[in-house]
Amino acid sequence: MRLGFLACLLACLAGPAFAQGQVNVYNWSDYIAEDQLKVFTKDTGIKVNYTTYDSNEILDAKLKTGRSGYDVVVPTASPFFVRQLAANLYLTLDRAKLKNWGNLDPGIMAQLAKYDPGNAHAIPWMWGTVGIGYNVAEVRRRMPNAPVDSLAMIFDPAVVSRFVDCGVMVLDSPTDVLPAALKYLGLDPDSKSSEDLKKAAEVLKAVRPYIRKFHSSEYINALAGGDICLAFGFSGDILQARDRAAKAVEKREIAYAIPSQGAMLWIDVAAIPKDAPHPEAAYRFLDFMLDPKVAAASSTLTGYANGNAAATALLPKAIAENPWIYPPPDIRAKLYTVTAANAEQVRERTRLWTTIKTGR
Amino acid sequence: MRAVIALPFTWLIVFFLLPFALVLAISFGTNAPDAAPPVALTWSLDNFKLLFTDDLYVAAWLSSLRIAATSTIATLLLGYPMAYAIARARPERRSLPLMLVVLPFWTSFLIRVYAWMGLLAENGILNQFLRWTGLVPDPGTILGTEWAVHIGIVYAYLPFMVLPLYATLEKLDWSLLEAAADLGARPVAAFLTVTLPLSLPGVVAGCLLVFIPAVGEFVIPDLLGGTGTLMIGKVLWDEFFTNADWPLASAVAVCLLVLLVGPMALFQRQQARSLERHR
Repeated sequence: MRLGFLACLLACLAGPAFAQGQVNVYNWSDYIAEDQLKVFTKDTGIKVNYTTYDSNEILDAKLKTGRSGYDVVVPTASPFFVRQLAANLYLTLDRAKLKNWGNLDPGIMAQLAKYDPGNAHAIPWMWGTVGIGYNVAEVRRRMPNAPVDSLAMIFDPAVVSRFVDCGVMVLDSPTDVLPAALKYLGLDPDSKSSEDLKKAAEVLKAVRPYIRKFHSSEYINALAGGDICLAFGFSGDILQARDRAAKAVEKREIAYAIPSQGAMLWIDVAAIPKDAPHPEAAYRFLDFMLDPKVAAASSTLTGYANGNAAATALLPKAIAENPWIYPPPDIRAKLYTVTAANAEQVRERTRLWTTIKTGR
Repeated sequence: MRAVIALPFTWLIVFFLLPFALVLAISFGTNAPDAAPPVALTWSLDNFKLLFTDDLYVAAWLSSLRIAATSTIATLLLGYPMAYAIARARPERRSLPLMLVVLPFWTSFLIRVYAWMGLLAENGILNQFLRWTGLVPDPGTILGTEWAVHIGIVYAYLPFMVLPLYATLEKLDWSLLEAAADLGARPVAAFLTVTLPLSLPGVVAGCLLVFIPAVGEFVIPDLLGGTGTLMIGKVLWDEFFTNADWPLASAVAVCLLVLLVGPMALFQRQQARSLERHR
């Protein structure tokens, strides 16, 4: 009797691990058109176990602990994917198994190659910029000639102090904010030198009294709900805030601006962990993500640009021609990316960040 | 009989001692970002040295102690009258308020903290109400301040204060108060010289049950607190997730545990003593 129970338990545990009929996908929340998942299962017979997360750090910790059980994950290229790649966590992709590879956008692939030489381990999924989100009416009321498309909006104490009463939030992420402060100073945003970072920290300390909170997601609701009027955050998040604010009872107009000095370009990539239990199904799923129909449907849902050149033609005009999502070539030329830092630099950077945040 | 005793010990060894030994071993290691897991076991004391030389960690620790202490006192001041009222009510009337104290546990802790965000935000329910009454045309924002953290802790841990207090007060021999009155003590004097000293075991138990978890609290300061709110639980999270520095995070965890051993031992002793008294 007891043996029977144990055998059943073992069978239950072993069952999913050996079946090829499923794929375990770990993705950001609201990051793929979920109706397409049913299409995938119908076409391939592979069941999709779809789970979501809302921070790169959680994914990073799971992958580094090992045996995460995931077949497809979607980390942000820098600094997370690069660090995971260095720890040898990803499978080298066999392009013969990805018949839709040719759909990828060469420009994004070139940017991505900085992190993944030869694009050997990952495909780009969504990409976007880090910029300024603001409540049009509140900002105009306080400063009619506000330089909304300049980093001065956040980093110039004389400007940002005008909005202290209606609320300012900034991403709680040294890897996104310090490069922007460096850019504002006219320095190399990718600089890792202590001297440059200290200068960037000085800029932030000067505006710190005017920033209500550093947080990486709260600004979406806060901007939409009128709790703040200015945020430094991710393009798609601010678009979400705009859509929510437009639907709210008390309507608010939220706008996004890519800083004219240049903005950080981030790319989320899809990759297969080395210890993926169902690598063949994972390849089928990656190829499915490379399908222009799937990418286009997902961009329509998220409000982010995708790395799939063939998908652009399938997008609604409101997305394909939105300069906040697909910036015009002159702005796109000014977007920058940053490389990963080593352990010592990471500690110095986060330590500096804590000093800035706590105002000590 | 032996098997019965062995069970909790096995449980403790498997689910506390072994994991703690792992954390302890990692705390003597070195961060290795290009490895998985990102740890090199080097048996160095560098992480602990950093904890005591960089004033961030000491400041975070002190600030956690301060916030935990003030919110524990606030919880006591709020919880004592509640427990007292329930204990003095007629027995058939006690179950409803007791159930109301426990009722919040039916909803996820996280959702309840999120609800407080909705209450305390700039355009939250509280401020909307204050503006609607016209009494406070421009109320400040509580969310994102240390006040919000205190409110969150007091709210979340109130049942842990009320229940042990109620348990002590309920057993109190109220005829002692009549005796005090007969001897000329006014109600306040009777409370201070009779009820309060007799309920002290409940006060100590309640305070420790609130204080110990509040020191390491992460969710409440993260969601309700502001950027300037420095607490050791948040520092630990940052070291582990943001910096991916598992050894340093483990060192912070080890120190947190060692520093909490004092209050925990106090709680243990007090519990043992009250058990003896009831024998």
